[in-house]
Amino acid sequence: MEKDIIIDLRNINIALGGQPILQDLSLYIRNKEFITLLGPSGCGKTTTLRIIAGFLQPDEGQVIFDGSDCAGVPPHKRQVNTIFQRYALFPHLNVYKNVAFGLKLAKLSKKELHDRVTEMLALVNLTGFEKRTISSLSGGQQQRVAIARALAVRPRVLLLDEPLGALDLKLRKDMQVELKNIQQQLGVTFVYVTHDQEEALSMSDTIVVMDEGVIQQIGTPKDIYDEPKNAFVADFIGESNIIDGIMLADLKVKFAGMTFTCVDKGFAKNEKVDVVIRPEDVDIVPAARGVLPGTITSATFKGVHYEYIVDVQGFKWMIQSTDAYAVDDVIGIMIDPQEMHVMKKSKYSDLIGDYSSFSDEFDELSNPEEDDDE
Amino acid sequence: MNKRKLPIGAALLNAPFTLWIAIFVLAPLVLVAYFAFTGNDGRFSLEWFEYIFHPARRETYLRMFGDSLLYGATATAISLLLAFPLAHFMAQSKPSVQRVLMLLIMVPMWMNFLIATIAWQSILEYNSGLINNLLAAIGLPRLRMINTPGAAILGMVYNFVPFMILPIYTVMARLNVQLVEAAQDLGASRWQVLRRVIVPLSMPGVMSGIVMVFVPSVSVFFINDRLGGVRLIGDVINQRVLNETNLGAAFSLILMLMILVCMLVLNRMGDREKGAFVT
Repeated sequence: MEKDIIIDLRNINIALGGQPILQDLSLYIRNKEFITLLGPSGCGKTTTLRIIAGFLQPDEGQVIFDGSDCAGVPPHKRQVNTIFQRYALFPHLNVYKNVAFGLKLAKLSKKELHDRVTEMLALVNLTGFEKRTISSLSGGQQQRVAIARALAVRPRVLLLDEPLGALDLKLRKDMQVELKNIQQQLGVTFVYVTHDQEEALSMSDTIVVMDEGVIQQIGTPKDIYDEPKNAFVADFIGESNIIDGIMLADLKVKFAGMTFTCVDKGFAKNEKVDVVIRPEDVDIVPAARGVLPGTITSATFKGVHYEYIVDVQGFKWMIQSTDAYAVDDVIGIMIDPQEMHVMKKSKYSDLIGDYSSFSDEFDELSNPEEDDDE
Repeated sequence: MNKRKLPIGAALLNAPFTLWIAIFVLAPLVLVAYFAFTGNDGRFSLEWFEYIFHPARRETYLRMFGDSLLYGATATAISLLLAFPLAHFMAQSKPSVQRVLMLLIMVPMWMNFLIATIAWQSILEYNSGLINNLLAAIGLPRLRMINTPGAAILGMVYNFVPFMILPIYTVMARLNVQLVEAAQDLGASRWQVLRRVIVPLSMPGVMSGIVMVFVPSVSVFFINDRLGGVRLIGDVINQRVLNETNLGAAFSLILMLMILVCMLVLNRMGDREKGAFVT
């Protein structure tokens, strides 16, 4: 296991302009892994990337690359390459020369260089674009040139800073698949930064959820989604109903005035906890058969399912269901024990409320496209 | 450019500019050419060119044209050597430092160049100049500085270097820092970043800087008259144009053609520069 670690960040602290950005961040990255740093704007994910690339020096802590300390090693001597947020392609060079840039510096022979550029352009489906100028390319094509340029120098690790942020949804989905394929094909370690949780869930081997310069949770996409460590993670990854509860004993949790059987244990007796229940895990049943009664206050058709906001004893739940109900319908809800997830209370518990002020519009506003967290 | 007709509104908006160009740019050019080819009797004539290229004077004037080009090219080259590193440094400084430096560069431009040139004259004078007086005071021999090519070129560089700094700085300040980082990321050392990214991307600024310094340097008058040793073509034009307008126009026309040729050559080099970094 130890041998497989390619990058080891140890107790990294950094402040920029007097503002602490990363606080005691420790993280190891395995070789050939697709790891995603996920978090909202300003959480320190881009800063982490820039520290790995060597553009920033941490105030404290170590960056170990393949067993040796990187302190003082300038970016051009590191075996990592970056895909920049806005690609940073050289406007004075054509596609071919952009991809060849790093290879020329590496003093490859003419033939090797030509073969490598040709191979890279084929990899990103841009064969035939050699002579095109950068400004004549679409956003998606520029993205591909940036990938080819970075991969041409055969980095051990590729750092990607919101690489798909500027693309439209359809293209973004296609590129997600393509990037994942390229990563598996070449066996390069990818460190991917995004604020898009869907992107993170669908591409990563490991997700690192960050907020305010602190790692909130590290795990597989499934771990992160099914077993969030705290209210922040639960709220940031997908939709969640987070309800105050009390752990009466192992496997017994009380919330909304009822005692439920759950699958969580290891809490103190009567410890206050947060209970997470995903909207798709709640079943709507006729009022008489439900464990808790509720009234539908809003119904939105989402295509695959309906999204309901349900008032249960004054607490607004989000519930997704394929069955049609109308606003003001009185229904009952059912929750299976394995669908409940109990979390320790955290500083986020009081900040994250129910869905009483929820609207899609707000959700979008709080999830801005631009990310300038340097 | 496509040949789409401009809407009436845009044409109207353009009108003042078109008029300006016509009256103050095109008309003088036509007039200069007209005077150059008009004899004292008011009819078409090549007499002024015959005068300039008369065997008795040809050599003198050709040398003056040659010296003007040489002085101008030298002043331009020195300005570029001074301006490029300074612009690079400015573009990388903090905004507050940038503002101060900008002010320092601009202030000499506010001062009338006649005054500045006379000031230089009194600094460089042999018998009573500031520098030589200082040298004499500490017992060192006086230096011959005034009336040398060096003094003339110093005067030109002093007056025109801001026109080199500003366009280069403007281009560099807008240069995307991510491009520099991308180059470093791909293995470029500081020097390679400069050579392969910053220099080529600064070329538009360098090109306009060269034009802005070279053109006034080649046709310079007064500065050279006061500081330099030999006469340059600008001095001749300055001297002759009042009483012998047509001859002055002929000199001007030749000078303009020479500058035009230089600019064309420069443009050619600029175009080639763009493609310089090939496999």
